[in-house]
Amino acid sequence: MRANNPHGGGIIILMSILVAMGLNLLPLPSSVAVNNPDWVLLCLVYWALALPERVGVVSAWCVGLIMDVLTAHLMGQHAMAYALVIYLCIRIHRRMRLYPPVQQAVSVFFYLGGSQVFLFWTGRLQGSQEKPAIAWFAIVLGAIMWFPVLFGLRRLRRHFSIT
Amino acid sequence: MADQRGKLTGLRAVLATAVYPLQQLISSPVRWLDDVAAQFASREALIAENARLRDEQKNLEARQLTFSSLQQENIRLRELLQSPVRIADRYLIAELLAINVAPYSHVFVVNRGAQQGVYVGQPVLDARGVVGQVLRVSPFSAEVMLISDPNHGIPVQVNRNGVRTIALGTGRSDRLVMPYLSGSADVEVGDLLVTSGLGGVFPAGYPVATVTAVSAQGGVFAKVSAQPVAPLDRIREVLLVWSDVTSGALPAHSPPDLPHAENQETVPVQKVQLPSLPGQQGDEGEGE
Repeated sequence: MRANNPHGGGIIILMSILVAMGLNLLPLPSSVAVNNPDWVLLCLVYWALALPERVGVVSAWCVGLIMDVLTAHLMGQHAMAYALVIYLCIRIHRRMRLYPPVQQAVSVFFYLGGSQVFLFWTGRLQGSQEKPAIAWFAIVLGAIMWFPVLFGLRRLRRHFSIT
Repeated sequence: MADQRGKLTGLRAVLATAVYPLQQLISSPVRWLDDVAAQFASREALIAENARLRDEQKNLEARQLTFSSLQQENIRLRELLQSPVRIADRYLIAELLAINVAPYSHVFVVNRGAQQGVYVGQPVLDARGVVGQVLRVSPFSAEVMLISDPNHGIPVQVNRNGVRTIALGTGRSDRLVMPYLSGSADVEVGDLLVTSGLGGVFPAGYPVATVTAVSAQGGVFAKVSAQPVAPLDRIREVLLVWSDVTSGALPAHSPPDLPHAENQETVPVQKVQLPSLPGQQGDEGEGE
């Protein structure tokens, strides 16, 4: 059974990103929240790998701008980090699609780590006094969460036959 | 860096307004849970709480009686000294949205914004003490930076003897540090730190923190740390403050910098400016 999608599934992509934003903002206790992976980036990476002609650097930039506003960062920090990661993703999406999921998760680990490093680096440039404590566990957890994101969104994409 | 220089505030406000429903949506389950818990609170607990609140209110009312006359007296004495008069502060209760803004940064979002007159740099209090200040404003919400944020510093003075310094946030919600106190400064464990009013952001005299540790006395600088009096990691509601001397931008009041430029001429105006206090009519109202 295929659901018909008048907008070519754009709504579904948007909804999945909104849900990911919700997951990022979940009101968890602060000790747990530190380890909350970056769901939005995971979601963007999936869509960029699956539909690189629809979700690209520009959409990543726009989503990043919204994330900046949501997380009280300077505008452009998340936007730039996401845009860079998605650019890389799209450059190698043909290769990455052929990887087994485990190897994809390893690449996702580096994507998440790179975006974190970029965020801290731009934060320092801005004069932030925060300690450069990169949440390693959040990155590892994010890489593990690649599997549910991959299989969940793939199911969603096939169900709504988004191409 | 254009955002840092304030060139993108318009775009930022638009985006913040656009995502406000999302923030509300994520925050609402917590509120529903609270409501459900309140529904099922036992009758005895409610009665006990009611009695406690009644007692508390009586207490506060009794204190309020002397407070207004003391305030009048304070204003008169300050007039004699020709020093600026601080009129009663105005408060607005704001609720925290239960969303997790970013790990490590001590910033939260409240459900009041420019529509309610909230402005950037506005002091934010809890019932117990200073919480932080407004970082950014959008039409319906505002971001508040806590005093425990590593990027935040607040000018304070020791309530006991008036020693002034700056308390910096550490990134931990139960600890502030004061690195600029000289080794011979008279600070003891247990001292209450209150806002000094320097810097023009926070009105003077609100409690900030209590000193928890003093070490290396005798060196050039003392190592002093303090614990904020407001429970920064557990607050659900905060008070936004409009204070005449600090802001002067109260819409309901006469021209902004009147209290600063005050002299004898403006004093009568200031007397009728006391808005929210009962028993304000008589200047000689001490004997009530």
